Amino acid sequence: MKIIVCIKQVPDIAREVEGTIDLLNIASIINPLDMYAIEEALRIRQKFGGEIIVISMGPIQAKNGIREAISMGADKGILISDTNFNDADTLATARTIAAAIKRIGKFDLILCGKQAIDGETAQVPPQIAELLDIPVVTFVRRIEEINNKYAKVERIIEVGIEEVKVFLPTLLTVVKEINEPRLPTLKGILRAKQTEIPVWGLALLNLSADEVGIKGSATQVIRTATVKQKREGNIFHSATDESIELITSICNNSS
Amino acid sequence: MVWIFGEFSRDKGARPLRLNPFHPVVSELLTKGRELADKLGEELGIVILGYGIDLTDFCLMVSDFGIDKIYLVDDIRLSDFNVEPYTSVITKIVLKYKPNIFIAGATSLSRTLFPRIAARLRTGLTTDCTALGVENGLLVQTRPAFGGNITATIICPYMKPQMATVRYKALKSPKSKIQSPKSKIQIIRESFTKIELNSRTQVIKFIEDVTQKINLDTADIIVAGGMGLHSRENFKILEELALIVGGAVASSRPPVDNGWISYSHQVGQTGKTVRPRVYIACGISGAMQHLAGMSSSEQIIVINNNPNAPIFKIADIGICGDLFEIVPKLIERWKWK
Ligand SMILES: Cc1cc2nc3c(=O)[nH]c(=O)nc-3n(C[C@H](O)[C@H](O)[C@H](O)COP(=O)(O)OP(=O)(O)OC[C@H]3O[C@@H](n4cnc5c(N)ncnc54)[C@H](O)[C@@H]3O)c2cc1C
Ligand SMILES: Nc1ncnc2c1ncn2[C@@H]1O[C@H](COP(=O)(O)O)[C@@H](O)[C@H]1O
Repeated sequence: MKIIVCIKQVPDIAREVEGTIDLLNIASIINPLDMYAIEEALRIRQKFGGEIIVISMGPIQAKNGIREAISMGADKGILISDTNFNDADTLATARTIAAAIKRIGKFDLILCGKQAIDGETAQVPPQIAELLDIPVVTFVRRIEEINNKYAKVERIIEVGIEEVKVFLPTLLTVVKEINEPRLPTLKGILRAKQTEIPVWGLALLNLSADEVGIKGSATQVIRTATVKQKREGNIFHSATDESIELITSICNNSS
Repeated sequence: MVWIFGEFSRDKGARPLRLNPFHPVVSELLTKGRELADKLGEELGIVILGYGIDLTDFCLMVSDFGIDKIYLVDDIRLSDFNVEPYTSVITKIVLKYKPNIFIAGATSLSRTLFPRIAARLRTGLTTDCTALGVENGLLVQTRPAFGGNITATIICPYMKPQMATVRYKALKSPKSKIQSPKSKIQIIRESFTKIELNSRTQVIKFIEDVTQKINLDTADIIVAGGMGLHSRENFKILEELALIVGGAVASSRPPVDNGWISYSHQVGQTGKTVRPRVYIACGISGAMQHLAGMSSSEQIIVINNNPNAPIFKIADIGICGDLFEIVPKLIERWKWK
């Protein structure tokens, strides 16, 4: 089975304690939910054999994430990187990633995380699926059965679990419940260090400069603002009658 | 034209009941949609896909919102949500009637469907918006990012329709009724061939989550517990509090990892994002990954015995003390209310 895993390098916002995020100086990690996609790919390969290709679109530093995935056991990686790709919205991102996947050729499965912790759009995976004309199942918490023709999966929705049958090739997005990601092995880390990670730029993809990056984007960000998280809390040092009364009245005051 | 996607609900706790079987976000979208349509001098339409739809009921339900048109596709093959036929149907009627704006709720259904539709139409989509407005004739969409630490305001200037999804309860919609109920709603029926409704996915079965008495995504009050609860058994007191205040139970991540409560209850970066009217955090320290999922709740109440716990920084009301004393006190107080 040939599996493509899409991973994104994201700023490790949890390390910022005081709320103000300095996006330029923050450390990067693999998007936490993508770790589950990598792990699931490894488990499927364990059963069926085959190949896992990890792809990431981002700056040159995103090679670190790809190396980490290889150290966990992925076979190889491709970085999709070009200054033309800068400031892409989800549509331009999906178009670029889909073009790279077309260049890879035939595959059976694409795995993505449910969403990235930076943009939090959860938009890119269904858009990649659309542009490749393959089915998509989102929020998968279990792959019950998978073979060369189809997969039976469970997906989480607001009110329960849906069991879905989907024909391959397909794209699945996964949630945390699906597995427990493994740690890299020493052997894996050594292998990752030695693995060449090719960089695919615009010239290698069958796209024009107008279709990628900011030019290929349908949306534009016109302003951003930081949100002050801190609230002026009314803090009680014990459970006084007043505090209990206050909480009760807030809960009662239904909208 | 401004279009709203009329998603049906499977939610037991759906409110307002009057609008059942629509998802409760639909009434908020209709209110907002009418406001946007009036600003732009356009009509308001709703798109409804499903099977066995009783139109007289729907006309009654939506007439208050000043709807001009209902676009209806009724077909047995649309009774379950399958993203491919839904995409085909909606893109086709969008291309036929060319709405200017198209808005849906940020539900698990629309968060899968709308990206796919937007990609097929090569237009922009802004998901999970918390505010929508009009500037220079364009839809101006505001959404949070980076765990709620940043908001971005986004436009889609050249492509149509301008598409957005909006989280339930995110729009501060005016309580007042719409001034102009339409006496005549035009109903437009569209039908599709078997090939157009083809799907490579198929829903085999649906298993309701019985551990969620009220669902987290629509709950008015959420009672959340963390490692301060110390054991699976102790979650019972939170369940009791939730039951008595009419709320849903949520959890930070470690109790889920310990198997004390199922993943569908996890709030945070790798769980759900919630925005209830009241979030009561009991024995939760307030790690960034947890805050990412709940910091935009309207009112945050904190119960924690460590005065230095970071969660107090985002509290509207906090009690520093033992939750095993305070929660029973709250329950007691409620019983006598
Ligand atoms: C990649 C990644 C993703 C993550 N995703 C999430 C996520 O989605 N959601 C999430 O929640 N976490 C997530 N985490 C974990 C997060 O970093 C924290 O570890 C977690 O939120 C802590 O949970 P807690 O507050 O329940 O536990 P603790 O940090 O152990 O806090 C327990 C609190 O209970 C208080 N307490 C103890 N006893 C009592 C008592 N008797 N009465 C009152 N208070 C008491 C303590 O003072 C303490 O503040 C993630 C971590 C990583 C690395
Ligand atoms: N730049 C990218 N490179 C590779 N994969 C991506 C990229 N952006 C998004 N993805 C994939 O799409 C998922 C959802 O991301 P998002 O739509 O940005 O929330 C991620 O978890 C990744 O699996």
